[in-house]
Amino acid sequence: MGKTVVEKILARAAGKSAVSAGDVVEPAVDLAMSHENAALVISQFHEIYKGTGLEPTIWDPSRLAVIFDHRVPAESAKTATNQKKIREFVAKHGVAKFHDIRGDLGGICHQILPENGYVRPGAVVVGTDSHTTSHGALGAFAFGIGATEMASLWALGVALNVEVPATIKVVVKGALPDMVGPKDVVLHLVGLLTSEGANFRVLEFHGEAIRAMSTSGRIVLCNMSVEAGATSGIVPADAETLRYLKEEAGVTDPVQPVLPDADAVYERVIEIDVSRLEPQIACPHTVDNVRPIGKVAGTKVHQIVIGSCTNGRFDDLEIAAGILKGKKVAKDVRMLVFPASGRIYTRALLRGLVADFVQAGAVVMNPGCGPCLGIHEGALGDGETALSTTNRNFKGRMGNPTSDVYLCSPAVAAASALTGVITDPRGTAAGGAR
Amino acid sequence: MSKVILTLGDDVSTDVIYPGRYMATVLPTETPQFAFADLTDFNAKLKAKQVPPGSVLLAGKNFGCGSSREQAVSTLKGHELVIVAKGFARIFTQNSVNLGLRLVEVPDLEAKDGDELEIGATEVVNVSTGKRFRIVPLPPARQALIDAGGLIAYTRKRLMEKK
Repeated sequence: MGKTVVEKILARAAGKSAVSAGDVVEPAVDLAMSHENAALVISQFHEIYKGTGLEPTIWDPSRLAVIFDHRVPAESAKTATNQKKIREFVAKHGVAKFHDIRGDLGGICHQILPENGYVRPGAVVVGTDSHTTSHGALGAFAFGIGATEMASLWALGVALNVEVPATIKVVVKGALPDMVGPKDVVLHLVGLLTSEGANFRVLEFHGEAIRAMSTSGRIVLCNMSVEAGATSGIVPADAETLRYLKEEAGVTDPVQPVLPDADAVYERVIEIDVSRLEPQIACPHTVDNVRPIGKVAGTKVHQIVIGSCTNGRFDDLEIAAGILKGKKVAKDVRMLVFPASGRIYTRALLRGLVADFVQAGAVVMNPGCGPCLGIHEGALGDGETALSTTNRNFKGRMGNPTSDVYLCSPAVAAASALTGVITDPRGTAAGGAR
Repeated sequence: MSKVILTLGDDVSTDVIYPGRYMATVLPTETPQFAFADLTDFNAKLKAKQVPPGSVLLAGKNFGCGSSREQAVSTLKGHELVIVAKGFARIFTQNSVNLGLRLVEVPDLEAKDGDELEIGATEVVNVSTGKRFRIVPLPPARQALIDAGGLIAYTRKRLMEKK
C-alpha cells in the first residue's frame, strides 16, 4: 500500500519499515525549536530531573534551536530576565543554533530556521509554537508542541505518543492572477475546511500552482495550515526546494527529498482552481470567516500591519512597497511594517524598500513577532480595526478584546493603507489603489 | 456531580483563555490569575475562589484552538476546572494530557449554565434534564500518560529506566 510523505518520514524517524495513519510512534527528532517560551521549557526540564540524582542533560544540543522573536527587544523587566536566563542556559548547554536579539542574525523563528538551512526535506521538526507547521514548506514533517513536551524531548530525544496523522491531499490547479497570492490561496482553503476541518490531519500540497510557487509562498500555505487545525502542512520537496536550500539557505551537503507514493492513501482529496481566485479576507473573529474582498471592501481601518512569520518575507515587502512607492499612507491610518528577519530587513534596506515605506508614512519596525499577538507593541485602541498580513484574528489577538482584526495579503494591506478602507489591489497599472 | 459554571461557544482560542500580553508569565503557580482575563467578571470570580474545584466549563467545537502556549492549560488546571466540549484542538489536547487538565469530549452534549453533570467513564448524564451523552475516549497512548501522572512523571520514569 502506498505511503504519504508524512508516513514515510515517521517510519524512518521511528526506525520502522512502514507506518500507517493511526499508528502510535516515538519518532527521533531532527530539530527542536523554542523561542522565549524556552523559559518555561527550562523550568519543566529541571523539574523532570528533580529527585532522579541525574544531571539535567540535553540529548543532543546540536539539534536544538532557540530564537528570540516574540518580545524583542524586551518590553519589560520580566521578559528581559526570562531572556537572560535562556541566554545563560544555552551557553551552559552548548546550544549553537541560538539567535539572540541582533540586527544581522536575528528574526522570527519560522524565518530563521529555513533561511539558515536548519530544516531539510524528510526531517522531523518540532517547535513550541503552533506555526511550526511552516517548515513543511521544505518537505519536512513539522508540528507544534507545548513546553512540557519540549522539556521531555530535550531529555529523551524522541517525541512521545505521536499518532501518525491521516493526510488530506490538496491539489491547487491553475495560475494565480495578478495581485492574488499564496495568502489568498490559504485563506480560501481555511474558509473551505473550517477552523477544525483538518484537526489531527496533515495537508499535503500538490498541483501546478504549488510547483510554480516559490518557497516563500509555500511557507505561507504551511504556516496557516494550523488555522484549519492541521498537525502540519507539507509540500513534497522539488527542484524549487533544492534551489532554495542551495541559493538562499547556503546548504552545500546533499539533500534527499521524500516523496509520496503514486498510490498513497489519502483520507480525502481537495481540488482548488486558483485561476479566478479573488483576494480573500478573514473577518473577525475566526480565521475561517473568509470572504472575497468584494464583500468587505470599504470597511474603515485604523491600523495596517505587514509582516510576521506568515507574510514578512522579501517578496511580501516588495509587493507592498511597489504599491506604496511615491504615494502616501492615508492620514488617519497607522501603517506598521516588520520584516521577518535581519537578513530580509537588510535586503529591503539595500534595495530601497525601507525608504519607500518610510517616505510613504509607514513605520518600519525591527524584525520579530511585533504586533501580531498583542504582546508588546502595536496594540489597538478600543473599538479600532486592524487589517493585517498576520495569521490570527481571534478576539483580543492584537492586544484589545474590543478591537477587530481582518487578515489579508500584503497587496491588499498596501492598497488599503493608501485609502484607509479595505481596498482591492487589482485594477490599476502598478496595482495601486488610486 | 459537577456544575456548569460557564458556557462558551465554538472556537474558543488560547488568546481568549490566556491573552498574549500575559505570556511573559510562564510558571504554573503564577498563570491561574490570568485565566480568561478579558472575561473580567469570570476572572474575578476565579480569583475570589468563588468557583469550586471540579466545576465545568462548557464549550462548543475546537476549544483551545490557536497558539501552543501551555499557559492556556496551566491557567485552567490551576483552578481545577473540567472542560467539557464538543471538540478540542490538537495542541491544547496534548498539553492538557501532559499537565493533567481534565478534558471531556462530548460531541452531542446539550447543557446550559447551572446544569448539574455527572461525568462517568463513557458517558455524561445531564442530571438537570435526565439526558445522557456519549464521551469520545482519549486514544490509549494518551491515557497511558495520564495514568502515569502526567508527562513530567512519565519522562522521569523513562529516564530512570534508561539509566
